[in-house]
Amino acid sequence: MTAIYRRELKAYFQSMTGYVFIAFMVLFIGIYFMAYNMMSGYPYFSYTLSGMVTIIMIGIPVLTMRSFADDRKTKTDQLLLTSPVSVAQMVLGKYFSMITVYAVPVLLSGICPLIIKLNGNANLKADYASLLAFFLLGCVYIAIGMFISSLTESQIIAAVGTFGIILLLLLWPSLVGFLPTSAIGSAAGFLILWSGIVFAVSRITSHGPLAVVLEAAGVLSIAVLYLVKKDLFERALTNVLEKIAVTDVFQNFASHYIFDAGGLVYYISIIFLLVFLTVQSIEKRRWS
Amino acid sequence: MIEVRNLVKDYGGHLAVDHLSFTINDGQIYGFLGPNGAGKSTTMNIMTGYIGATEGDVLINGHNILEDGEEAKKCIGYLPELPPLYVDMTVEEQLQFAAELKKIPKKDRNEAVYEVMELAKLVDVKGRLIRNLSKGYRQRVGLAQAVLGFPPVIILDEPTVGLDPKQIIEIRDTIRRLGQNHTVILSSHILSEVSAVCDHIMIIDKGS
Repeated sequence: MTAIYRRELKAYFQSMTGYVFIAFMVLFIGIYFMAYNMMSGYPYFSYTLSGMVTIIMIGIPVLTMRSFADDRKTKTDQLLLTSPVSVAQMVLGKYFSMITVYAVPVLLSGICPLIIKLNGNANLKADYASLLAFFLLGCVYIAIGMFISSLTESQIIAAVGTFGIILLLLLWPSLVGFLPTSAIGSAAGFLILWSGIVFAVSRITSHGPLAVVLEAAGVLSIAVLYLVKKDLFERALTNVLEKIAVTDVFQNFASHYIFDAGGLVYYISIIFLLVFLTVQSIEKRRWS
Repeated sequence: MIEVRNLVKDYGGHLAVDHLSFTINDGQIYGFLGPNGAGKSTTMNIMTGYIGATEGDVLINGHNILEDGEEAKKCIGYLPELPPLYVDMTVEEQLQFAAELKKIPKKDRNEAVYEVMELAKLVDVKGRLIRNLSKGYRQRVGLAQAVLGFPPVIILDEPTVGLDPKQIIEIRDTIRRLGQNHTVILSSHILSEVSAVCDHIMIIDKGS
C-alpha cells in the first residue's frame, strides 16, 4: 500500500496536477477570504469555506479523474493487479495519496482564522470545526471521483461524471423539495426507486429469477404497508431522500455552528462505502 | 510447478480459451505457440491473476491464483504484451517501485534492482524517463521488471516483439540463462523463435 501511495503522490507533483490543484484551491480561498473576511469584516472563516464548497466541485474532479482511468488506459493496472498486493490495498494507497494532496491547501487555509484573530474577534473553535467538516466533505467527493474513475478508461468521462454527481449533490436539498409529499406519491416514489435498484441488481448479477423475486417482494411489501399504515408514507420519500444531501452536514458546522458528530460519522461511512464499491468495480472488471 | 485445469474464458459468446489443461514442470523453458488471436495472451493473463477465468483453476506451486492470490503472485514475474510501465518515472524509479510492490525487503532492494538492470543492460539509461525510451528499451525495462527478485516462475508474453535482430539475440540469451534455474514460459506466433530457446513447445489454436 505504501509503495502505491508514494508513487501516486510523486506522480501528482511530477505531472503538475498536484501543483495546479493546490494553487487553484489556495487562490480561491484567498479570494473568498479577502472578500468576506478582510474587506467585509465578517468574523467567521466558515463563511469563506461555504463559498469554497462550490469551488472544490471543479477542483476535485481534476484531482481524481486519472486515479484509475489512466492506469486502465496505459495498462499499468496489469503491473498492480499481477503483483502480490490486494485490490483493497491498491485502492487505499491511491485514495490516501489524493487525500494528502487535498490536505495541503486545507492545512494552509488553517492560517486564516488566526489572521482574523490578529485583527479582532475570531471564532476559532467554530472555524476549525468547519475546516474539519470541509476536509471530510472533500474526502467524500474524492471517494466519489475515485469510484467514477474506476468505472471508465477515459479521464474526461471520469471528470465530467464526478462534476455532475457533485453538482447534483449540491442541488439535492432544493431538488428534494419538488418531490411529492402525499402518502400515495411517496409510495409511488418508493416503488420507482425499488425498481431502479432491482434493475441495477439484475444487470450486475444477470440473474433473472432473483430480480423477479426481489421486485415482487418489494412491490408487495410497499403495497401492504401502504394499505395497513397509510400515514407512515406521509412525507416519507422526502425524509429519506433528504439524507443524501451531504452538504447539509457541512452547513450545520459552517452556518449554524453546530458540532454535528453524527454528520462526521455519516461522511466517514459514505467514504467506506465508496472505497468498497471501488474495490468491487475493479474486481468485477477482471471477471467480464 | 504450474497446473492449469480445464480453463475456459468466455468473452460474451466468444470463447477465447476453451477447456485448456496442461502442467508445467520446474526449471524448464516452455514455449506457447499459436497464431494471432489463439488465446495466448488471455491464458497468460489468467495464469498471472490479471483477469479471472470463466471456469477452471490455475495452481502456481500449489497456490490457487484466485483463492490464494498473494502467495501465488509472489512466485510469478510477468511481462505482458505491452510492458506496464509508468512513463512519468525513470527506469530506476520504476524498478524500485516494482521491487516494493513485490515485497522485496528494503535492504535488498537496491541490490535486486541493480542486478536486473545489469541483466537487461539498462544501467546506462537508469536515469532516463521511460517516456523518452524507445520501444526496445521499454521492452527491456519490462523484462527487468518481470525477473526482478527472481521469482521461480517467469511468464513472458511475446518478449521479442518490436526489437531489432541484435536485441532479439540478446533477449534470447537472457532467457536461456534464466531458464537454467527458473521456469520460463514465453509466447510467440513464430515457430523458429520458440524452437530457438524452448525445451518444450505447446501449441494453442482457437483456445484449445
